[in-house]
Amino acid sequence: MATIYLKNVSRRYGQRSVLDGLTLTVNHGECFTLLGPSGCGKTVLLRLIAGFEQPTAGSIRIGDALVADASAHVPPDRRDLGVVFQEYAVWPHMSVFDNVGYPLKLAKTPKEERADRVMETIALVNLHSLEKRLPSELSGGQQQRVALARALVGKPSLMLLDEPLSNLDANLREEMRFEIKELQRKLNITVMYVTHDQEIALAISDRIAVMDTQGRIRQIGSPEDIFEKPVDSFVFSFMGVANFLQVRREGNEFFVGKGGQRAPWDRPHGDSLAWVAAFRPSDVVIRRDGNGLKGRVKRASFLGPVMDYLVEIDGAHLRTTVDTHTAVANNLMFDDDQPCVVGVREVHWFDADTIQSAGEAWA
Amino acid sequence: MSAPVRKKFFVGTAGIILFLSIAVLVVFVAFPVVLILFNAFWTKGAFNLVDVAAVLREPDTYQALLNSVFIAGGTTIGSTIIGTFFAWLVTRTDLPYKNFMKGMFLVPFMLPSFIGALAWKMLLSPRAGYINRLFMDYFGFDGPVFNIYSYYGIMAVEVMYLFPFVFIQVCGALERMDPTLEESARISGAGLFTITRRITIPLVLPSILSGALLIMLYSMAHFGTVAVLGIENGIFNIPTLIYERIHQSAGSFAAIRTGTVLATVLVVSAAFIIWLQGKVLGKGRYQIIAGKSFRPMELKLRGLRYPLLILCLAYIGFTIVLPTVVIFMVGGLKTYGLPFTMENLSLDNYKFILFDYKTTKDAIWNSVSLGLSAAVITMFAGVMISYVIVKMKVRGKGILEFLGMLPFSVPGSVIALGVILAWSGKFGVNLYNTVWIILVAYIARYMAFSLKANSAALEQVHDSLIEAARACGASMWQSLRDIVLPLVRPGMFAAFFLIFLPSLRELTVSIMLYAPTTRTIGVAIYTLNEDGETVMSAALAGIALVIIITGQTLITGLTGASVKAK
Ligand SMILES: Nc1ncnc2c1ncn2[C@@H]1O[C@H](COP(=O)(O)OP(=O)(O)OP(=O)(O)O)[C@@H](O)[C@H]1O
Ligand SMILES: [Mg+2]
Repeated sequence: MATIYLKNVSRRYGQRSVLDGLTLTVNHGECFTLLGPSGCGKTVLLRLIAGFEQPTAGSIRIGDALVADASAHVPPDRRDLGVVFQEYAVWPHMSVFDNVGYPLKLAKTPKEERADRVMETIALVNLHSLEKRLPSELSGGQQQRVALARALVGKPSLMLLDEPLSNLDANLREEMRFEIKELQRKLNITVMYVTHDQEIALAISDRIAVMDTQGRIRQIGSPEDIFEKPVDSFVFSFMGVANFLQVRREGNEFFVGKGGQRAPWDRPHGDSLAWVAAFRPSDVVIRRDGNGLKGRVKRASFLGPVMDYLVEIDGAHLRTTVDTHTAVANNLMFDDDQPCVVGVREVHWFDADTIQSAGEAWA
Repeated sequence: MSAPVRKKFFVGTAGIILFLSIAVLVVFVAFPVVLILFNAFWTKGAFNLVDVAAVLREPDTYQALLNSVFIAGGTTIGSTIIGTFFAWLVTRTDLPYKNFMKGMFLVPFMLPSFIGALAWKMLLSPRAGYINRLFMDYFGFDGPVFNIYSYYGIMAVEVMYLFPFVFIQVCGALERMDPTLEESARISGAGLFTITRRITIPLVLPSILSGALLIMLYSMAHFGTVAVLGIENGIFNIPTLIYERIHQSAGSFAAIRTGTVLATVLVVSAAFIIWLQGKVLGKGRYQIIAGKSFRPMELKLRGLRYPLLILCLAYIGFTIVLPTVVIFMVGGLKTYGLPFTMENLSLDNYKFILFDYKTTKDAIWNSVSLGLSAAVITMFAGVMISYVIVKMKVRGKGILEFLGMLPFSVPGSVIALGVILAWSGKFGVNLYNTVWIILVAYIARYMAFSLKANSAALEQVHDSLIEAARACGASMWQSLRDIVLPLVRPGMFAAFFLIFLPSLRELTVSIMLYAPTTRTIGVAIYTLNEDGETVMSAALAGIALVIIITGQTLITGLTGASVKAK
């Protein structure tokens, strides 16, 4: 069983606190993704779980074993892990075969079985016929796959992957993430996956934890939850480019920006006076006229396949894109300063004050 | 999943390595140095500065201090001028055969300077020197043209062997220098001379200074040349006076006092020079901009091209070829003083030294076995210590980092004196008059080389490579064996040869520690020469040169080949 329990884990370097009182449970057999912006402490958390670092406070358990707290420390080699490092860490003096076979060699697997399993794993990551090469003769992406194979070959009960696919092209990335997912299901192992790429996170995870720049976890949930029901604007905006439209409440009425147009959506719960309606550019419909919020195209940019518009509605701004074909076909090629009408399919409401703090979290 | 292992255990493995590393440096380096300081400042059961001052004011001591500074100063100035000039010539002008010249100017690095001093003694000693005799016998000179037994003689010989320190640093700086700086000055209308004076020189100044300080450090603590050329006219510097005192009075209290006080002066000035060098280099780092190799602007020498080529060739012929040839020729003579004719020359001396003469046979055996043992031990100790300093995260590492700096600032004669104080029975172990005391001293002396080569190699091994092994299930020892050692092997090889080759010709330390049966090659050459066995001394020196040059060529070949293979 490889359930990971982190309890009040803190890690500081000198004066700088990277993680502060973090509590988190990763269930056995799940693919758990840690998603957050660069420098937020994902790698540090992974290294704590692997045992390369020790928490300054709090405890870490893996299954039944306490692996780290104020007085205990189980070294990494006793934690039954497979780790893929952000910087690959492929051993330059060993061939691909020897790199991948090293965990089995340490485990004293018989030679024939070892060779079979190594070749199997090498095939799994699409490196067949490269097994005799040295890492210096491989591309970055190939090295990354060697690292992946090395982590997989020992069939560990827990896999820690730090951006293991960052250097692969789109096709290969899709294929590899499928393989990882397959393997995780088949072997029923726990995978902790670290990335700042929300697309991979959504595709691969059973659950996702979104971390902010301060190393705090903002939300934990299924990919659908995170995407559809973000708890705050940080999570929302981290899951894709986001629009935040200011809305003010006057009595029981909600108005967009500084003007007099009513916000045509379900009302938020709460009695704040200042609100923000958040939505993705893909949820915006722009037209020349008809029903909707009246605004003005402030800046139109031609980006090849799409047109990008910055729209102003009574002092509030939003961005949207229109497929260039559709735009041409439907007379939606706006110029700067032309009037337009905007509809938004679905919005998330956030109290404007919480947005303030989310803005800081980005900084 | 295994049961939790107490932190204590984890710290235990790392702790053992840390403890061992500290122990090695303390036992071999720090302890002897501390004993020297203690003996210098602690007399009659109290801290005593008055006595230290009194020792320094004794005429002999005071004179030796002055001599050290004077000789080091002259040597530094001479070497800096010559080194900078030749470096400029081979990097920034269209001098013919530049690469060959560059290689030749580095040859003195290989040659032991005390053997050079011997050669120059044979050439320029006032009465018997071949050059002086040539002038007196054939050109009717009344006296010698140059007396090598003088301050200037000593300085000249030291310059010949030390200028490569400046040469190599300045070459490096000039090659790395961004030519756009000079080009922009040229565009704004400055002449080449102005550019050199206003742009080039200030930019390479840190390298020049750093090389000069290195020479200063080396010359202050240099034993061989002054011992061979100075003693005749009573010229002593700090190391030779330490040797003289300890040697003459076999460990009397007064001799030890003088020795330790002088050694303290050496350690303090070495530390100061190293500190100063760090400052100078730290500043220079911003100035020499690029790490890449550029094609620097070349000055057309025009009419001076061939005269300068001849000057270079003459310099090489006079300072490298001539002394080397003289050593081999004198080594072949039946008796010193005979003219170099065919019937006077033979290989008999060489045969005798290699196969029949016990003293020299022992010396060669001693040097080779001491060199090998010191190189192997120091290589492994160096890997371990560098590993802790570069790679490990343990408490108490700071102490080790400090101790690790120590070997760099402790000159040979200080180490020798220190090991005498430490290992002559006062602390339960008596190694005096055995080869072991020389081995202990060699380890201390060459630790700096090993630390440098090994930490450079370890810096190249990224932490994640070791962590990846740990994550695959390797214990700390397994990750060391399977990952770290194979990856630092080139550094270890480098350390081995950096120790083994110089130790074959070591003189400064061995001369203070040898007993009749534990002479090294250096000691044997030196004592044979002292005893008037000039031809034997020269023949052994010739053999030493052959061994050193062969070894060096082999290594250059080996490392060159391995670089190509990659
Ligand atoms: N050994 C260390 N000493 C000091 N600070 C550190 C150390 N390791 C990490 N940090 C700091 O902790 C913070 C988090 O680093 P971490 O490597 O976990 O980021 P990350 O989330 O993995 O980012 P990325 O996505 O760019 O890899 C950074 O600000 C980093 O500077
Ligand atoms: Mg990271």
